[in-house]
Amino acid sequence: MATARLHLMLCGGTGCQASGSREFHAALEEEIKKQGLKDEIKVVETGCNGFCALGPVMLVQPEGIFYQQLKPEHAPLLVEEHFLKGRPVEKLLYVEPASKETIPIMTDIPFFAHQKFWVMKNKGAIDPESIDEYIARDGYFGMAKALTEMRPEEIIQEVRDSGLRGRGGAGFPAGLKWQFASKAESDIKYVLCNADEGDPGAFMDRSILEADPHAVLEGMIIAAKAINASQGYIYCRTEYPLAIERLNLAIKKAREYGLLGEDILGTGFNFDIDIYQGAGAFVCGEETALMRSIEGKRGMPRPRPPFPANKGLFDRPSVLNNVETLANVGQIILNGAEWYASVGTESSKGTKVFALSGDINNIGLVEVPMGITLRKMIYDIGGGIPKKRKFKAVQLGGPSGGCVPEQYLDTAVDYEEIARVGAIMGSGGVIIMDEKTCMVDMARFFMDFIQDESCGKCVPCREGTRRLLEILNKICGGKGEPGDIEDLEELSAVIKESSLCGLGQTAPNPVLSTLRYFKDEYIAHVYEKRCPAKKCAALLEFRVDPDKCKKCGMCYKVCPVGAISWQKKEPAYIDQSKCIQCLSCYEACRFGAID
Amino acid sequence: MARLEHPDITSDMTTRIDEVINTHRETAGAVIPVLRESQDIVGYLPVELIDYISSGLNLPKSEVLGVATFYSLFSLTPKGRHIIRVCMGTACYVKGGKEIMNRIRQNYGLEEGDTSEDRRFSLEAVRCLGACGLAPVMVIGQDTHGGVTPDRVINILEEYE
Ligand SMILES: Cc1cc2nc3c(=O)[nH]c(=O)nc-3n(C[C@H](O)[C@H](O)[C@H](O)COP(=O)(O)O)c2cc1C
Ligand code: SF4
Ligand code: SF4
Ligand code: SF4
Ligand code: FES
Ligand code: FES
Repeated sequence: MATARLHLMLCGGTGCQASGSREFHAALEEEIKKQGLKDEIKVVETGCNGFCALGPVMLVQPEGIFYQQLKPEHAPLLVEEHFLKGRPVEKLLYVEPASKETIPIMTDIPFFAHQKFWVMKNKGAIDPESIDEYIARDGYFGMAKALTEMRPEEIIQEVRDSGLRGRGGAGFPAGLKWQFASKAESDIKYVLCNADEGDPGAFMDRSILEADPHAVLEGMIIAAKAINASQGYIYCRTEYPLAIERLNLAIKKAREYGLLGEDILGTGFNFDIDIYQGAGAFVCGEETALMRSIEGKRGMPRPRPPFPANKGLFDRPSVLNNVETLANVGQIILNGAEWYASVGTESSKGTKVFALSGDINNIGLVEVPMGITLRKMIYDIGGGIPKKRKFKAVQLGGPSGGCVPEQYLDTAVDYEEIARVGAIMGSGGVIIMDEKTCMVDMARFFMDFIQDESCGKCVPCREGTRRLLEILNKICGGKGEPGDIEDLEELSAVIKESSLCGLGQTAPNPVLSTLRYFKDEYIAHVYEKRCPAKKCAALLEFRVDPDKCKKCGMCYKVCPVGAISWQKKEPAYIDQSKCIQCLSCYEACRFGAID
Repeated sequence: MARLEHPDITSDMTTRIDEVINTHRETAGAVIPVLRESQDIVGYLPVELIDYISSGLNLPKSEVLGVATFYSLFSLTPKGRHIIRVCMGTACYVKGGKEIMNRIRQNYGLEEGDTSEDRRFSLEAVRCLGACGLAPVMVIGQDTHGGVTPDRVINILEEYE
């Protein structure tokens, strides 16, 4: 096979596919063929590169040049100018939003420069559908070492020494969990991978599965050896078809290569993996519920103890780990605990992948060393807040988490430090909110989510969250009364204490954390009937200030219900009886004339 | 085995459903995959089909029905030709998911969970599609649309007949 002079690593992750990477791919191949460059240039469809918001993205190797927002019509230009004549196409390169500087080389782009790629070391660098490319980058070497050179106790000790903690939310030490399961007596044991990824705003597990599925399999095989399990399941949500497709392929290939199934690498060790598709229930991410679900039942949590390490799936000892947790394992075994623990803080080792989204310039997945500050993540990597708006809060940890305001932005990202400021690390969703976000509305939003997803088994969670939601709806609807805020606080405490599973126990967190830092907004809603962020429709009335109005007519054009009358040279007028408070005019008016 | 009779289920579908049941019959925890694959064939899960699956898998009807109603993936009523799934996850919500939902609601007179009279659309709110980088996100059938704005949403939908 001829070696290509250029490798075009084109992202084929879900995000980039949605922005048209498949169409661009076809056009690119076509153009390469037309120019007779088929033997010189190879296009590789990779998994998510991380910078999804700029998709489709493509990295030109070995030059390291990063292209973004590619469209089929760009293909001829790219081939002609760059790949034939060696002149990178300026207009398709990345431009730093703040400085307006064009940065051609990927590793020079601030978004990438501050990251540390361990779990995501293969993202965008290999074809996720090729097991050979995974192996070429040391893939399955950790597993080989574990299977041929290490005893189960040694594997467990290595993982314990590395300090690896579960990335699915609670941060339980992975090695310790394995140790419990390894001690349990049973002829059948299971290793399970949690790929349910229910937290809204988190998509790192999806990206890992799509970009590097073998890394997850490798971690599971090592875990299986450590606890002596013979069967594994990956519980993956149905909403992730591409991840499921790539996992299926990876499993098939690994079996073909003798890396999965009977007598792995000739060591006599047997372990196989099946995929189990979830059916859309957030609570199924909870470990006991997930196991019930694989058993074909309704996914309802059960009390612990007994712990799954003793009595899990089909009542057998089981270990459940998150995708990202497992994707770390191969490298820990290969490079050693000390290598892994050299990065991070006292209590939190290694790196963590975060999903930056919301009101931030650089949206995407970032992997950073534990201990980095929130400020660095949001401003240096994330590029700050767009449209010159002010930062208001960062929401961490999904529905079980909390909002962190400006004054704590220098908090180091580690399990304990984040908990100290009232949020949790969670699975790594980081949602930035600017001044236009109403914190009471956000609490309401989360409560709506929780209320929807509560399995209904216990009363405090089922009824309590319903009541919290009612109160919040009332407040946002302009009908808040004295006493409401106190009721929210009291109810929250009860729900936290008396719920059976993690969902109910953390359900009030969004309410409590917004109350903690943004109580003034609650007060404004309840006592002044005002929504400072202009979000709660019932508390808003849009009026045009005729003095400020520049008579441009923008508001008139955007109003979906024709509530605005405007004629050239006349200030606009809003008919309150027709207005549906959609905010369109408020956002469209560039002169601040609508209030 | 019981017979499967329902106006929305053709005999060809029944054959395929039989296959699904047969391949899964021996595996533990087969209900969910069988329901999913059957729903893929018929489009939804009429009660008669749930009966049929229960007897095929040798499980009490109450158990199968319990599972079918617990998971949001399953629907006991017919769906539209195009299922609109608007993301109401946090990232999408912050970026205006609600406004998009409102616009669709208004334009087609559809409420969340509804199917239009002509069965053109079903409207659903979903919790994070894992494409938060493109927020706000909407999925129609298999197509993911990112960066949707209230102004654009109707144009996008009008492409689907
Ligand atoms: C309501 C609820 C939902 C959860 N959802 C997920 C999930 O989607 N993915 C995940 O990895 N862990 C989730 N968890 C945490 C898991 O129960 C479990 O702690 C984790 O998968 C263990 O793996 P780890 O130790 O590697 O983090 C959830 C927990 C609760 C209480
Ligand atoms: S706390 Fe909520 S989700 Fe958990 S078992 Fe109870 S009702 Fe179900
Ligand atoms: S808020 Fe919306 S409906 Fe009301 S006047 Fe403005 S654009 Fe029209
Ligand atoms: S957009 Fe603003 S300035 Fe323009 S007509 Fe409307 S209110 Fe006046
Ligand atoms: S999907 Fe392409 S960068 Fe994330
Ligand atoms: S929040 Fe909408 S895709 Fe994640």
